Amino acid sequence: MPTTITREQIEQRVFTALEEFGAEPDQIGPDAEFEAMDVDSLDLVELAQIVEDEYGVQLKGEDMEGVKTVRQAVDLVMSKLS
Amino acid sequence: MSNGRPEGCALVTGASRGIGAAIARTLAQDGWPVGVNYRQDREGAERVVKEIEDAGGRALAVQADVSEPDQVDGLFGRLEDELGPVLVLVNNAGVRADNLSTQIDDDEWERVIDTNLSAAFRTTRRALKRMIRLRYGRIVNVSSIVGQRANPGQANYAASKAGLVALTKTVAAEVARREVTVNAVAPGLVETEMTEGLEDKWLEAVPARRAGTPEEVAACVRFLTSPEAGYVTGTCLTVDGGLSA
Repeated sequence: MPTTITREQIEQRVFTALEEFGAEPDQIGPDAEFEAMDVDSLDLVELAQIVEDEYGVQLKGEDMEGVKTVRQAVDLVMSKLS
Repeated sequence: MSNGRPEGCALVTGASRGIGAAIARTLAQDGWPVGVNYRQDREGAERVVKEIEDAGGRALAVQADVSEPDQVDGLFGRLEDELGPVLVLVNNAGVRADNLSTQIDDDEWERVIDTNLSAAFRTTRRALKRMIRLRYGRIVNVSSIVGQRANPGQANYAASKAGLVALTKTVAAEVARREVTVNAVAPGLVETEMTEGLEDKWLEAVPARRAGTPEEVAACVRFLTSPEAGYVTGTCLTVDGGLSA
């Protein structure tokens, strides 16, 4: 994997995905909770697939347990990249 | 995007003969490049590919034992490389190991469940990765009337085919909002090598007084995989000449 992927890039990609899932743009932010944005379990499965396809990081079901916010999701991806 | 659907291919498991071969030919007529999966019958699979190509279609014979978890990813990888993402998946591969329940050993139980049910789960799980992202998918599981109606001597086969219907309904509900449909067909007595030996006993009970053909099952799969069937999901279409009516 390239080491040049930044936290900001991943965060931005998550924001884009959330918009595709139907979240209101003014609700989306680092500390926004998925549940508050009506992002459901299938959306999170797709988000994990996006991360796998685009960053080569596999997120399993247990990895995603307890992930409630965008920041936590980005932290998870960054931890897998390092 | 063509014909109201994204570019991609169809995969039919166990497509070297019988119902699977008929489904592969039919999906090719609908313009899908088709992955013709086979486990052992390479000659049969290549014959199906040639028939499709002779008719102007595109197909690829791909060997994989779908009951082996590590072979499923390779099967999909090859198709994705050569024909594009799998947007139509037909889980047709099936085996029988008939006996009265007291005589079915663990190996016969597991072999039938692994091939007929667990393999369908794994191919479905793998196919959904692409379908969910592409907002298009058609999955059809080839169940059997035996999954709904008792047929002594087929406890393992019946359990696997009933399980396929439960799998169908559950996954259908999970992914419906991504424009992915999941349905099943339940053939009754159909003229294939797998049903040899059953026919005399069953024909008397079939209101149509004949066995069905693989092409009649394939026609139902064709509808369920069409763009027009986008609002049909989680159902099981019985194709049995009235046997279960």
